[in-house]
Amino acid sequence: MKAKKIAFLGLAIALAMILSFVESQIPPLAAMPGVKVGLPNLVMVFLLYRIGWKETVTVSIIRIFLTSLLFGNMQTLTFSIAGAVLSLAGMILLKRWFSCITVSIVGGLLHNIGQIVAACLWTQTAQVAFYLPVLLVSGTVAGTVIGLASGIIVKRSEKWRLSY
Amino acid sequence: MKKKDFILIGAIVAVIAIAILVLTLTKKDGDYVIVRVDGNEVAKYSLSQDGEYSLNGGTNILRIENGKAYLVSANCPDHLCVKQGKIDQKGETITCLPNRLTVTVYSTQEGEVELVS
Repeated sequence: MKAKKIAFLGLAIALAMILSFVESQIPPLAAMPGVKVGLPNLVMVFLLYRIGWKETVTVSIIRIFLTSLLFGNMQTLTFSIAGAVLSLAGMILLKRWFSCITVSIVGGLLHNIGQIVAACLWTQTAQVAFYLPVLLVSGTVAGTVIGLASGIIVKRSEKWRLSY
Repeated sequence: MKKKDFILIGAIVAVIAIAILVLTLTKKDGDYVIVRVDGNEVAKYSLSQDGEYSLNGGTNILRIENGKAYLVSANCPDHLCVKQGKIDQKGETITCLPNRLTVTVYSTQEGEVELVS
């Protein structure tokens, strides 16, 4: 049983990495980092609802380290971690009471708020927060898209035997 | 989707909409820019005077033209700061994350409270 779970989570990390790579091939949607759909979050919302929050955090952190190592640098690692930590914490908290879409929207918003805070600290300049409104709108849109898609995945996977 | 989902999403959208509305209504022309590197103010240029300036030892080139400021070139890999375009409204900021450099518009008009960073 334990080996099965490790294999499954390994698969989830691989899938999240592929989605992250696919997303990196999409040209920037706006002239600032952080405006993106957040495709790897599909995997995180699925894991959160079908497996558990500890596994979700583990997969997310490992995914970020591996993708930053392969395609990124210290800057992308710092920003990804800042966004992910805040976003996961918010999603885990809200998951008890709210549906997939709401959880995903809050996750998207907190992800971008985390990145703005990281950007302010990174440049030591509070004025960077000027981008917050744009990033909040993009976070809401991205969260809705991911929430709708992962909602379908969570529903369809209810028949799967994921009794880890 | 339950009722509380709609309430929370509605509240989030309302807060963002109000914030953007307030920011749009309080828009104001700026008249000078401050360049910061690592949070330290390194230069100050008037928007009313055209010119081209080399910033941060040449990593970014700032141009001021017709009352608008923008970066014309940068040595960073993504060039997002160049794509951020022209700024002339108070508070607007161009950020170059790889070089930890920012350009912010300020206004000296009376009755203004200066932002302290």
